[in-house]
Amino acid sequence: MSDTTDPGRKGQDYEQDLDKSDVSVAEFKYLHNSPLDRIQHALHGNPTLVPVIVLVAAIGVFGLIAGDRFFSAFNLSLILQQVSIIGILAAAQSLIIITAGIDLSVAAIMVLMAVVAGNLAVYAGVPAPIALLVAFAGGTGCGIMNGLLVTKVKLPPFITTLGTWSIFYALNLWLSGAQSIRSQDIDAEAPLLKFWGIALEVGGARVTLGSLLMVAVFLVLWYMLNKTAWGRHVYAIGDDKEAAELAGIRTDRTLLSVYGLAGLVCAVAAWASIGRVGSISPQAFYEGNLQSITAVVIGGISLFGGRGSILGALFGALIVGVFQSGLRLAGVDVLWQVFAIGWLIILAVAIDQWIRKVSA
Amino acid sequence: MTQAPILKARGLVKRYGRVTALDNADFDLYPGEILAVIGDNGAGKSSLIKAISGAVQVDDGKIELEGKPINFSSPLEARDAGIETVYQTLALSPALSITDNMFVGREIRKPGVLGSVFKMLDHKAMEKFARDRLSELGLMTIQSINQAVETLSGGQRQGVAVARAAAFGSKVIILDEPTAALGVKESRKVLELIQDVRSRGIPIVLISHNMPHVFEVADRIHVHRLGKRLCVIDPKENSMSDAVAYMTGAKTPPEAAVAA
Repeated sequence: MSDTTDPGRKGQDYEQDLDKSDVSVAEFKYLHNSPLDRIQHALHGNPTLVPVIVLVAAIGVFGLIAGDRFFSAFNLSLILQQVSIIGILAAAQSLIIITAGIDLSVAAIMVLMAVVAGNLAVYAGVPAPIALLVAFAGGTGCGIMNGLLVTKVKLPPFITTLGTWSIFYALNLWLSGAQSIRSQDIDAEAPLLKFWGIALEVGGARVTLGSLLMVAVFLVLWYMLNKTAWGRHVYAIGDDKEAAELAGIRTDRTLLSVYGLAGLVCAVAAWASIGRVGSISPQAFYEGNLQSITAVVIGGISLFGGRGSILGALFGALIVGVFQSGLRLAGVDVLWQVFAIGWLIILAVAIDQWIRKVSA
Repeated sequence: MTQAPILKARGLVKRYGRVTALDNADFDLYPGEILAVIGDNGAGKSSLIKAISGAVQVDDGKIELEGKPINFSSPLEARDAGIETVYQTLALSPALSITDNMFVGREIRKPGVLGSVFKMLDHKAMEKFARDRLSELGLMTIQSINQAVETLSGGQRQGVAVARAAAFGSKVIILDEPTAALGVKESRKVLELIQDVRSRGIPIVLISHNMPHVFEVADRIHVHRLGKRLCVIDPKENSMSDAVAYMTGAKTPPEAAVAA
């Protein structure tokens, strides 16, 4: 017994040659054997590559099939316009999904806040900027309500937002009396609400401010997620909440901020949607929740949380837009567009699973 | 010991439903020492450590750090008070890089407006710091500091977690099974690191099943049994078989040790 407790000695007998151990940095001969392995590793390191490749390929294929009608600057800018609202909702959705949650209420928050802003500005005579501020605060509040239910009451995000989806939708029908606010009335009372519908004509392309807003929202959120400590914490929570907590992240507070921010982004989408649609309809975007999830999933963001870049959701939304536009121009029936999007979702998740095997 | 303990706990009680994990447990850590905590599986070692590091809140009992009563409601508070812990589960985020993991919750921001207004992180500074710490630990087989932690081996992950605690702990460092997944060489490095940290004057709590390691580095050994401190023994006056006998209940410790 005494040999190991002898204070003059360092370590055990079998360790005597440790001083002579190799100290060079490990180098390995070619690790990845097949090209497929290399692709898998490249994608694992850079998951946004998949949607980018699919997007470029889809644009190429539809360009060949539908020809100049698809490839025209006008059509491409139209796609950007068409996806702008779902795109912004997908940005909000990405935030939640990166934390390993899901938000079924994004579109409901958006429509509710569009109705709130419209009612205040058009009917109640509140100045448009104040009406919009109220909508932003309201959207943030809706998000925080989701967040409190998830963090404090400890409900699963799916159930929480399934419930709030119905709640927000009912509130929206009540506030609007199930009536749309007409375009002319908005023009007359609060033209600011339609600000993002203003289009810039550049060489045949018709780019709305709303399209630019969508890109801006993605860039700002990308910066927050990748260049700030808050963003790293959001990923860490989605990855392994318990580990993040032990590592010293205030997980509940961070989650609450994520849900609040997602609600705010939905309110921004509400403003953009008024410009895009022209009127404010309480029945609009009923499928927006699922469409935003579609964009996120096709964009390569893992539903299990912690993985994927928010820019992927932008590409995901664009892929859906390109497929719809291309298939329409190629004269394919709407039902086959839906069919194709369905396969895209399944393919995207299958690829995600395959990429994740690298670490197993 | 004439010195006052830096970390002291009395009468800790923790129940999980009907299971009692801590049953009036006491704990003392003196400045500058390495205290090993040993005990059978299920003796409540991990619960004791979690109570001290703020990861669980005890039902009863009190904890004092440097004579002041503390009541951590989260690991972050314990960390801010200078108690750094390496958990058995390591508490690393697999998809994040080594650097991100080391700096979770205490990231370095860029100087000037970029940092204060735009909250931009200073990746270069963090990477340099992380690389220096890991090479001190001899974790040379890590190829890139920006590798995701999930691409590391179990031992390398443990090395990252230990390096994180050693780099930031200012008052107390708690290591829960720090060498369990490590190779011979890496274990040796961790033990050297532990002694190095002690020579900087920071006391260490070491939980381990590895008796040779415990007897090599520990100044005192806290034997935990059935949710409480059974005794504290001196590794120079007791053999490993004594320690194992106390810990498993094969032998009753002498009165003097129980009082300590």
